Amino acid sequence: MSATPETPGVPDVKPEADPAGNEPLVLLELIQRLKVRDVMTAQLVTVPRSATMLQAQELMRQKKISGVPVEENGRFFGLVSIDDIIRALVAGTIGEVCSRHMTTKLVVLEDDMPLSFALRYFDRYHYGRFPVLNRDQRLVGIICQRDINRALLVELTRELRRLESSSVQNVGQDGTTSIYVLREFPICKYDFENAGKAANQIKQLLQEKKFPPKIIRRIAVAAYELEINLCVHSDGGVLSWQISNGRAEIVARDAGPGIEDVAWACRDGTSTANEWIRSLGFGAGMGLVNVKRVSDEFEITSKKGSGTTVKSVINIA
Amino acid sequence: MTLLELIDTCGLEGVLVPDARAEVTCGYTSDLLSDVMAHCPEGAVLITVQNHKNSVAVCTLVGAPAILVVHNRQIPDDMLDVAGREGVALLRSAEDQFAVSCKIGAALAKTAV
Repeated sequence: MSATPETPGVPDVKPEADPAGNEPLVLLELIQRLKVRDVMTAQLVTVPRSATMLQAQELMRQKKISGVPVEENGRFFGLVSIDDIIRALVAGTIGEVCSRHMTTKLVVLEDDMPLSFALRYFDRYHYGRFPVLNRDQRLVGIICQRDINRALLVELTRELRRLESSSVQNVGQDGTTSIYVLREFPICKYDFENAGKAANQIKQLLQEKKFPPKIIRRIAVAAYELEINLCVHSDGGVLSWQISNGRAEIVARDAGPGIEDVAWACRDGTSTANEWIRSLGFGAGMGLVNVKRVSDEFEITSKKGSGTTVKSVINIA
Repeated sequence: MTLLELIDTCGLEGVLVPDARAEVTCGYTSDLLSDVMAHCPEGAVLITVQNHKNSVAVCTLVGAPAILVVHNRQIPDDMLDVAGREGVALLRSAEDQFAVSCKIGAALAKTAV
């Protein structure tokens, strides 16, 4: 017998945008970007099916944990929780093997799901922890609320340092061409909800600085196309933009899956996008062509199986 | 031509019109958002089937003041929200893209004379 995992359905658990707009953007980006595997505890304390409930209880006491997975060679069979122990004590079956008394109908998470899925599931099911399986249905970790709090604190501290190190400064006297800005936006695969935010931010900044509308449009088009490209084609990546010394530099960097034939990908009308993407008006194979058209300098480097980096430079001086 | 005049002349439904006096100078008919970004002129009304908020984002980038959704397609709430925030008008027509583009073209040509 093995556990009957109930795997979360993807459309059902899409993170909701905060209707009041109060959710900090950095936090929203983090819970989209971080995967369950980045947060879970991978050092597992487990028992085999043949262990007694008493042995499981003793292990839980020693390790100060409230549940222990039943696992053999990576195969996940169930979970012994405090409730199961109490029931066994009451029924006088604490000396029996845990395979008879463990919980087998379980909600599990997969290790490559975004952290937002895990948050939604804690909210929905009120369990203290969720076992984490990989694609091969092997037990690879366990995740509890404490893991999430710890990971978010670490990531937020890192984000804060990064934000402190980037800056907007007016170093020149005319306040137009001499601005220095550096920003990074994490972009998640298929996250059309947030696509366009970087382009919009750069556009607003340049409008405030009274740049010529034609220049603003070129920069915004390059940023938007590269954001959409990350969203549609990559497994997630980072869009960064920088304005300094009379140049706007926009870089889209991802860690995969890479482009087999870069020259083909840069040709007008060629695309690997699926029908769903095309029905949204994207993936017509014009993105990179558009970026190239508006750029004064354009560079793309890619390797199948690893990542892609696209750089667009537009002179603004 | 103002948005209000365009709506009246062409019999369009003004689903969301943040500024009825906004100037529309031309039209652009396309469902490919990259094509819109590449070629849509500033001041155009975008005539499209793309009833989602990414169309609003693209219009904001190119400076198109209005989107006309054809075939009476439903306009989702999140598209309305974003359009309201960005000040992009959302119009609707029961007609197809060709028919409504001809109407708008004729109306704009009259004002140009």
